[in-house]
Amino acid sequence: MTPNTTQERELRVRPIENGTVIDHITAGQSLNVLRILGIPNLSEDVVSVVINASGAHGKKDVVKIENRELNVHEVDRISLIAPNAVINIIRNYDVFDKKQVVIPEHAKGVVRCINPNCISNSSEPVTSKFTVTSDVDKILLRCEYCERVISENIAAHLL
Amino acid sequence: MTFKDLHIISMKDFSRDMIDHILNTAEKLEPIARGMEKSDLLDGKVLSLLFFEPSTRTRMSFETAMMRLGGRVLNLGSLEATSIAKGETLADTIRVVGGYSDAIVLRHPKEGSARMASELVSVPIINGGDGAGHHPTQTFLDLYTIRRESHMDNVKIALAGDLKYGRTVHSLCYALSLYGAEITLVSPKELRMPDEIITDLKTCNIKVTQVDSIEEAISNVEVLYVTRIQKERFPDPAEYQKVASSLLITPQLLKKANPKLKIMHPLPRANEIDPRVDETEHACYFEQSFYGVPIRMALLSLIMGALE
Repeated sequence: MTPNTTQERELRVRPIENGTVIDHITAGQSLNVLRILGIPNLSEDVVSVVINASGAHGKKDVVKIENRELNVHEVDRISLIAPNAVINIIRNYDVFDKKQVVIPEHAKGVVRCINPNCISNSSEPVTSKFTVTSDVDKILLRCEYCERVISENIAAHLL
Repeated sequence: MTFKDLHIISMKDFSRDMIDHILNTAEKLEPIARGMEKSDLLDGKVLSLLFFEPSTRTRMSFETAMMRLGGRVLNLGSLEATSIAKGETLADTIRVVGGYSDAIVLRHPKEGSARMASELVSVPIINGGDGAGHHPTQTFLDLYTIRRESHMDNVKIALAGDLKYGRTVHSLCYALSLYGAEITLVSPKELRMPDEIITDLKTCNIKVTQVDSIEEAISNVEVLYVTRIQKERFPDPAEYQKVASSLLITPQLLKKANPKLKIMHPLPRANEIDPRVDETEHACYFEQSFYGVPIRMALLSLIMGALE
């Protein structure tokens, strides 16, 4: 017997009482989102991940984190690899706040520069810094030190 | 437009108005650079030179520029005799030297080093070359040379040699794009300008054409900018010889040139220009290296607040 939609949804991921649901993550990027959030190393929260779920605009990933509300800084970082992600803050099983990630103008300490000879990849006490621009659904990161541009596979360069 | 305490890091930080102002200031200071007039414009000012890589022209022309204006120069000296040999970071060195001087010229092998330095001190940093990155004072003196020896607006210029790794030509192309230049790129396939720079130029509506030999360009252009082809870029010495000879500038080749053609080279040259060309009206590379003095005088006077 085919389960009905409600049962199917409940079987996949149960609703959470308090925490954050990150929806519409670019398919395949959910594990990188966890990396950005320091999960599981820096966190003991219960986390559920759905990979390749069907969405209105094709496949997507979804991440649910219990008892943790993401701050703006974390959300900005997620936007670099999942620019269409939607952040839902859940309180007492209700959506308390819902907003789409905003691509930040600058990204500091998130990504490593691809230029091995960049000062940000040396032993100097300097944090990587990029100017973020987007070009037709594509995020471009220009290193503010050496001006090298990362245009492909940003997730591979996450710190 | 104020230049006081401005860092000179990358040409991309400068608008056309700012560049024009710097070139105009250099022109006013040129008689002092030639020793025809005396000046104490920078009396009491101290410039520190931190060169972590070899340099002749950049270092000496900064020293001359400072001396001609009555200022003084502090030199880092050999790296072995400094705290850098004890493992001190560049960041710490910059902070310390910032306390000794009114401006710092930095040449360092890492790209972005000058930008980092500019975030650490309140005195202005002048990028004297950061690895394969930028060398803006070279670009300013190149522009000044073009203005003095030819003309700036819509100039027809060919850039020849190593266009892939040559940092001077990348910055120069960007600056020329502000003046509507028509640019011809002359290089063997191995040393072609990176696509992203050509794309950048085309978005500025600059006419860019690429050719393989100088003969194809020489009759049309007003300025020929030649860069050094580095032997070490070629694993095969025979391949280097072939490429170097295909780009050699000879008196014979110049018979086909525009009579007003000016030949520039950032120097040092290897074998790109036949020494017999030095005697022709076309050669202006030694004058070009002199122009580094008035340009650096202008930059120092502006960022130290002695001129507006």
